[in-house]
Amino acid sequence: MRRSSSLITAMAFGYAFLYAPIVLLMVYSFNASREVSVWGGFSTKWYAELLDNDAYLNAAWLSLKIAATSATGALVLGTLAALVLVRFGRFSGRLLFNGLITAPLVMPEVILGLAMLLLFVALEDLIGWPDGRGFTTIAIAHTTIGMAYATVVVRSRLAQMDDSLEEAAMDLGARPAKVFFLITLPVIAPSLVAAWLLAFTLSLDDVVVAQFVSGPGSTTLPIEVFSSVRLGVSPQVNALGTIIVVVVAVIIGLATWLASRKKR
Amino acid sequence: MRVGGLRRDWGRRLVLAVPYLWLLVFFLAPLLIVGKISFSESRIGIPPYEPLLDWAEEGFAIIRATLQNYVLLFQDDLYVEAYVQSLTIAGISTLLCLLIGYPMALGIARAPEKSRGPLLLLVIVPFWTSFLIRVYSWMTILRDEGVLNHALMGLGLIDEPLVILNTDWAVYIGIVYSYLPFMVLPLYATLEKLDPTLLEAAADLGAKPIRAFWSVTLPLSLPGIVAGSLLVFVPAVGEYVIPNLLGGGDTQMLGKALWDVFAQTRDWPSAAALAVAMLVALVIPIALFQRIQTRMEEEGER
Amino acid sequence: MSLAVRPEREIRPPAIQIRGVEKRFGDATAVAGIDLEIREGEFFSLLGPSGCGKTTLLRMMAGFETPTSGSVLIAGADMTAVPPYERPVNMMFQSYALFPHMNVADNVAFGLKQDKVPKAEIPKRVAEALDLVQMGDFAKRKPHQMSGGQRQRVALARCLVKRPKVVLLDEPLSALDKKLREKTQFELVNIQEKVGITFVMVTHDQEEAMTMSTRIAVMNAGRILQVGRPHEIYEYPTSRMVADFIGTANFFAGVVEDSQNGQVTFRAEGVAAPLVVAGNLAVGAHAAIMVRPEKIIMGREAPAGAINSVSGVVVEIAYLGDVSIYHVRLESGLVVLVTNANLRHSAEPAVTWDDRVHLSWHPGNAVLLP
Repeated sequence: MRRSSSLITAMAFGYAFLYAPIVLLMVYSFNASREVSVWGGFSTKWYAELLDNDAYLNAAWLSLKIAATSATGALVLGTLAALVLVRFGRFSGRLLFNGLITAPLVMPEVILGLAMLLLFVALEDLIGWPDGRGFTTIAIAHTTIGMAYATVVVRSRLAQMDDSLEEAAMDLGARPAKVFFLITLPVIAPSLVAAWLLAFTLSLDDVVVAQFVSGPGSTTLPIEVFSSVRLGVSPQVNALGTIIVVVVAVIIGLATWLASRKKR
Repeated sequence: MRVGGLRRDWGRRLVLAVPYLWLLVFFLAPLLIVGKISFSESRIGIPPYEPLLDWAEEGFAIIRATLQNYVLLFQDDLYVEAYVQSLTIAGISTLLCLLIGYPMALGIARAPEKSRGPLLLLVIVPFWTSFLIRVYSWMTILRDEGVLNHALMGLGLIDEPLVILNTDWAVYIGIVYSYLPFMVLPLYATLEKLDPTLLEAAADLGAKPIRAFWSVTLPLSLPGIVAGSLLVFVPAVGEYVIPNLLGGGDTQMLGKALWDVFAQTRDWPSAAALAVAMLVALVIPIALFQRIQTRMEEEGER
Repeated sequence: MSLAVRPEREIRPPAIQIRGVEKRFGDATAVAGIDLEIREGEFFSLLGPSGCGKTTLLRMMAGFETPTSGSVLIAGADMTAVPPYERPVNMMFQSYALFPHMNVADNVAFGLKQDKVPKAEIPKRVAEALDLVQMGDFAKRKPHQMSGGQRQRVALARCLVKRPKVVLLDEPLSALDKKLREKTQFELVNIQEKVGITFVMVTHDQEEAMTMSTRIAVMNAGRILQVGRPHEIYEYPTSRMVADFIGTANFFAGVVEDSQNGQVTFRAEGVAAPLVVAGNLAVGAHAAIMVRPEKIIMGREAPAGAINSVSGVVVEIAYLGDVSIYHVRLESGLVVLVTNANLRHSAEPAVTWDDRVHLSWHPGNAVLLP
């Protein structure tokens, strides 16, 4: 199909728009000047400062722990939910279930955050759990949100899967539970990885919900970053952003390389 | 698996019960509590609201409900303003997203098959990096002494810095930038499925490319347009980070207002009422999105 | 049409018995009351158009569907409520359903592992099965590294390695191209004869069913119309529907005029002369006579003393290479199809458009259908 030059121009503009802030962020992370947008020579001092900043390091460690926990929870719950939606056909309560699982995708974060907080407060009032807010409450909130996204990813892969693969396994003598672990899970494995990474990223990136359900002493990395950039420009954040971009690029590059190698 | 004997398997029930219970407890229940608290009176204390049900000594429940929180929403100009501004800003941003995202999606869909994957990946990659830090990057670009103003003044296009940061313009830029992938992906999904022979048929029947676009491509990509617009509009209405970092003092949006009421005034019932009001504004778009989502999923599922 | 008739075996015990089986999905009836017996060592085909219930019937044998009523017996034992993983049958799927994350050897070994076959024995049996389908060199390949034909063989080996009582094949050749399909038909039959396992195949391709099967059940709308050996089904259909579905047929509808000594004289609509056919029906009964196009003799001259003779004009000729199909219109407007083998090289067919021709056939080559 012929693509007109105006279409190509529009695309180029779109990509430039998407990447210009990222490139600038990375360039200025090496800026010696504190004045982020004036070039004052090459320097890595902001990286050194960042690695010396205990508040950031502690927050990053907490965020990683929460992200790993909630992504794992979201993956398990999301996979079960996807199985229900793809394999169980019609059952009473399907409509509500489907509604509940897709709603978090389009629910404003402030509402999710407030709702979760009010639940935790009410629960604590009622049964004394959770005791205060922090790791557990953030992880539960992130699990719930991540679950909705994980379901979308796993669900579409499950729906594409050839039914007869599972039937063949049963036909060859495997019981349903065994079929699930020997056939279904390995076949949909790439989507499970994608779902886990998606939930992990969402958790690592969330500031709004975490702000609602975090407690004293449980500051996640986004909360830490948010409170420092609200006050103005901070070159350490440039350095942090650059590290994140590089890590993500490496992971995506690796995943693409693995996928292309597997195809051959 | 369509095996009758397995239908009543306890394993099957467990598979259903675990995610269902989780959603009921950690998603539906919280929303119901928000609804409940939006009708209670605020007080100073922990928790900062009066219980809705009090067990009186005779064992009768006394219902203490008030509409006061809602009345307040309508009386306070600040909230009305936030409501209107949220919807306007979200609407304009969605339109801008569509204007930028449609050509991108169309361009990717018409690219040679081999380069579609990488092009699409390039749209998604920014989404995997920190949203917060990308918004922050715009702060450094849009500031009075930021990169953009430096560049424009260096080129001699302007004499004085443009004031963009802390205005609605910055909010538009931030929202469009952050949510562009959500617009491009569903658009691409529908455009990619579009049978190219349809356009050839249109051309064969005498339609010029522009005309073929308006009468064939655009109508057939409508589901993608709707899905993408909702994915941008709905979260944009409740956006909190972007107006906070990029917006100005007079940029009032519901998400920000809700947080302020919640954290600064500590008036939880009003915050809950604000959440309910926000949901009311979003009920139709959310329901619409769910219908499209369900239809698309079920098409793929037999 | 290839009509290789496979030798009939001695009567052997039943491998599969279907007793009064019905299957409904909601309001839709997929299988509407079927009784069927398939004997050991048979290559049995379920033949019919899509949606006739043949796949549902096969899936009930495999255990993927439970009959709404009736029972399914395998090797004499009632298996109606037994789940697929406990049935002594194995299925070859239309998509082959090879596990994409396992190599060929692991795919074939899968069933043996489920049966807890001793570890030491598995490699030997896998190698045997792969050699049987001539895929011994491909044990380490992944499914996506093989052609359709190779995948088909692996799928077959995966079924056979468990030494099931019955192998079920769901449209086993539909994913292959025409040339390969024809070659594979004979290979499948040879393998089946070698291992002696009962094969039950679902197909919508009549040629495939004819070439490969010892017996065929022709199905339509959830019922079995006729069960028989390939030549029986083709030469002696018992209903118009079977005659129509298998090969091409000319039908002459009409009324029985006389019936004596197993011979019927028949007055057909649109045919001047009375027709004679073997059969036994009451005088005055409405019926039809079926004649296959290749059974009709066509000539420019009226055959002397021939019964079953009609005449008409050639209105259409379809040249197919090996044969040509002539459309002959009788005076009444009825069109009769005649197949003539093109035995000689010649630019021009002997009979051409607008020629007046005489058609006749031997009474024994027509079939009376009630």
